[in-house]
Amino acid sequence: MAEPVRKQPRSPVPVRETSIIGKPFRRVDGRPKVTGTTRFADDLDIPRLCFMKLSRSTVPHARIRSIDLTRAREIPGVLGFLTGDQMPETFGILPVSQDEHALCLDKVRMVGDPVVAVAALSEDAAHEAALLVEIDYEPLATISSLEDALATPEPRVHEDARGEGNVHKAVSMEFGDLDQAHAEADLVLKDTFFYQGNTHLPMEQHSAVAVPEDEDRITLYSSTQTPHYVHRALTRVLGLPASRIRVVATPNGGGFGGKSDPFNHEIVAAKMALQLGRPVKITLTREEVFYCHRGRHPVLMTLETGFKKDGTLTGQHLKSALDGGAYGSYGIASTYYTGALQTVTYKLPAYRFDGVRVFTNKPPCGPKRGHGTPQPRFGWEIQLDKAAHRLGIDPAELRLRNLETEGAVTANWLKLGTIELQRCIEAVVEGSGWRERYGKMPEGRGLGIACGSYLCGAGLPIYWNHMPQSGVQLLLDRSGGVAVFCGETEIGQGSDSVLAAIVAEVLGIELADIRLCVADTDLTPVDLGSYSSRVTLMVGNAAVEAAERAKDLLAKAAADELEVPTERLVFASGRVFDAADPDRGLSFQETCIAAEARFGTLGTVGSYTPPRSPGRYRGAGVGPSPTYSYTASVVEVEVDSDTGIYRPLHVWIAHDIGRSLNPVLVLGQVEGSVYMALGEAMMEEQEFRRLPPRRSRALVHKMPSMLEYKSPTFCDMPPVTTYLIEQEDPRGPFGAKEVGQGPLLPVLPALANGIFDAVGVRVDQVPIQPFMILSALAAKHRRFGPDSFPDVNFGETLAVPTPMQGGDGKAIDDLQARRRSGMASTTGTMTTRDEALSQHKKLTTD
Amino acid sequence: MAGGITTLDLRINGEQRVVAFPTHHTLLEVLREECGLTGTKHGCELGECGACAVLVDGRPVLSCLALAAEMKGRDIETIEGLQESNELVPLQAAFADLGAAQCGYCTPGILMTAKALLDQKPDPSRKEISEGLAGNLCRCTGYHKIVEAVEWAAAVERGENREYDAETLWGATEPGLETSLETGPETPTDGSTD
Repeated sequence: MAEPVRKQPRSPVPVRETSIIGKPFRRVDGRPKVTGTTRFADDLDIPRLCFMKLSRSTVPHARIRSIDLTRAREIPGVLGFLTGDQMPETFGILPVSQDEHALCLDKVRMVGDPVVAVAALSEDAAHEAALLVEIDYEPLATISSLEDALATPEPRVHEDARGEGNVHKAVSMEFGDLDQAHAEADLVLKDTFFYQGNTHLPMEQHSAVAVPEDEDRITLYSSTQTPHYVHRALTRVLGLPASRIRVVATPNGGGFGGKSDPFNHEIVAAKMALQLGRPVKITLTREEVFYCHRGRHPVLMTLETGFKKDGTLTGQHLKSALDGGAYGSYGIASTYYTGALQTVTYKLPAYRFDGVRVFTNKPPCGPKRGHGTPQPRFGWEIQLDKAAHRLGIDPAELRLRNLETEGAVTANWLKLGTIELQRCIEAVVEGSGWRERYGKMPEGRGLGIACGSYLCGAGLPIYWNHMPQSGVQLLLDRSGGVAVFCGETEIGQGSDSVLAAIVAEVLGIELADIRLCVADTDLTPVDLGSYSSRVTLMVGNAAVEAAERAKDLLAKAAADELEVPTERLVFASGRVFDAADPDRGLSFQETCIAAEARFGTLGTVGSYTPPRSPGRYRGAGVGPSPTYSYTASVVEVEVDSDTGIYRPLHVWIAHDIGRSLNPVLVLGQVEGSVYMALGEAMMEEQEFRRLPPRRSRALVHKMPSMLEYKSPTFCDMPPVTTYLIEQEDPRGPFGAKEVGQGPLLPVLPALANGIFDAVGVRVDQVPIQPFMILSALAAKHRRFGPDSFPDVNFGETLAVPTPMQGGDGKAIDDLQARRRSGMASTTGTMTTRDEALSQHKKLTTD
Repeated sequence: MAGGITTLDLRINGEQRVVAFPTHHTLLEVLREECGLTGTKHGCELGECGACAVLVDGRPVLSCLALAAEMKGRDIETIEGLQESNELVPLQAAFADLGAAQCGYCTPGILMTAKALLDQKPDPSRKEISEGLAGNLCRCTGYHKIVEAVEWAAAVERGENREYDAETLWGATEPGLETSLETGPETPTDGSTD
């Protein structure tokens, strides 16, 4: 078979010599995936397995009057039922929103809410019985939209939620003096954008298999991205000690954030298995997956940003409003995330963020690839494009002039790592022929540019604790093989390969000599899960630590055997040898034997805890990360101004990866992100409709099928040119940063900016549909998008002096104290809010 | 519930086996549940995603829309029958090496569809590969790596000694940087078919 040509781009900075890391090796789970032998949750078969279905609400908002199981019981093969009163304890991913029940207790909050579970000998029988469950509802008014929720405090979707009416969360914070910032600006732009909600659509439907192990012990196999959090939710609802619950995450057939919550069906399956004393499987239908959702929040937002004539940013005020759906899910974090990362790309000396999330009677929104940040990024990067045009500065140049710098602490107290965004911008500018072609192509052809940044793991865990976020344990023995135990969860992103490659690299052995045991709460050290792009950095650092410790142990034994000082020993090519005399050495297996003889059973551990972030204000927990990834993208687009139909022709994308641990896997994440971004930009939407009056007028998903929920096919993907920009970040393992989510961010606004270059119209919302372009072409302002932001009470604003103002990371509660603080002194003459506003109105055009 | 059990002599991956199943069950259900061949996946069970594609008499069929009861005398091929030995066939090797399989859930359906495509058309253009696979959805890859893997496997199947494309493995060269062209040390997993 042909050997690949290794045409490796020479990095401008030296990278460490490695034998596996940095090379395009075959992923460790590659073979089972191409032979069909990967065992996904629904592939599990266990003796005496029975099947469960959920009888779900057919109404969007109602009290449950009564449940009648009489007819359902008559179905042959039915084994048992569960109702909400058997699991009254609430759960939810965030400690502050424990607002879900495994089965609805007294009211339903959306079509699709589970009310009764039925188990039967066959899936057919369970399905039939579930359809025959009769539930009597007392209807409540449906809260159908953001506007509806803001205008309708009663009935509340959640009677005991902390917020007021149907507002789940409102937040307001100001870093620095924004009024002053706007007053100093030569140009203040105010724009409103709308980003429609969309869903993850993983190819695998959620599935769980619960196996009773003993009278009070249970194992749950589930397609989850976060087995640790499922473990915690099961403990809470089942009322069993955590030590008696085992959660195993099966390889996920795609996640994208959609399998990051603990789900009701997982808990109910476990309860049912304990009740029946036999294994229970539940696999959701595709329609149920659409109702599970937890996808991208629909976000309406207004950005008001100040610029100096030379393009320098003076400050930004961002307001965002999220339609959260029926439950909290990650929503409070999502709300903060719509504001948190606006500051990490470009220098923004003053920043104000107001955010609100409301409850509606629709499937709950949660985290999807980019979690809360693609929406404001979309608005931000379009607004930069608008500003570039107003100021007569090239859009790429405008961005370069404002780049944040390595090690900086932003206005909202985020500490930045390495930043190679300049190289990213230069790569896509050069690659796309930007300088020769931007603004110069014939009508109907355009180029757009945008950038983005993302976390390399959330700095804080979801529940407050002082323990590591990731742990790795190694077991070595006389076989010369190394077993690696880690709670990380493979969702297709390649986390198994990262883990194996790091251990193999440090110990100088082959991937084939590594055995993995992952994502098993009984057997593996805790890792918090595959979310927030945390795995490569956090699991990777824990793996480096565990492997380095094993190496130290082995080196001591080898040094004795070889009579060579440990510091001269090299671990490479399956050998441990003297750097000064490479023939003098032991095989790795011989080294393990010597070490086992000397130390007894061999094992090491490693763990990772992110550094503490400097922010000390309420809300400072969302946004910090050990470091951030950066991406730039140029999209070329062709627009037919007669029909509004447009087509992306080419995407150039450059990603600051720190260092690629495996370029093939990294490229896969970049291209997959480009694909998902184009889906969201062009067609994907989680939309709802009312059933006709003769059929209850219930608020239902408009198109809960893969055919009608449009997503890009093979034929829709334009060519993609990907540049991996390398510059090792010392915070990441072997210098690596994240890649799973960041590359999605710039693609949507780059496409929108490209449409402007092509036909001179702005579409300030996604998905961009042809009629929007036509409508904009016909409009006076050559724009399509939302015009206004609703009147929202965001509550009292938390004032936080910035680092530049000499702040200490804490908020100032009191306005007088704020005035006495550096906030006033550094900004010169203090103007009143009204003065600043009127001055700013004068300057604001549009 | 629909009644009745059908008993059939099914030919799957060249093996005859007698299978009894509820008459209304699809080929997908019978393959996975009665035959234990769980390599064939389901993503929608409505014929929309292509994850369940298998070959029937050499042609790709969505097994979620085909009744098992209609499979008498037909030749059924699934992912489990793709290899003839422990060695991966070129399509499989390329999918594993080039990132054409990420989560791997759509992979069996795509591999079977691609096999049928190459059996019919040994030298397809990229456009023909895309069109041939357009009924299969993949949410992970962005599709390009799949097209590149199929293209490479087709060349190898035709007997060409084709190398993996450097840009597929490493990405595009950062503009302004020199490149070094060299053949690296042999890594057993690169490009081999096991």
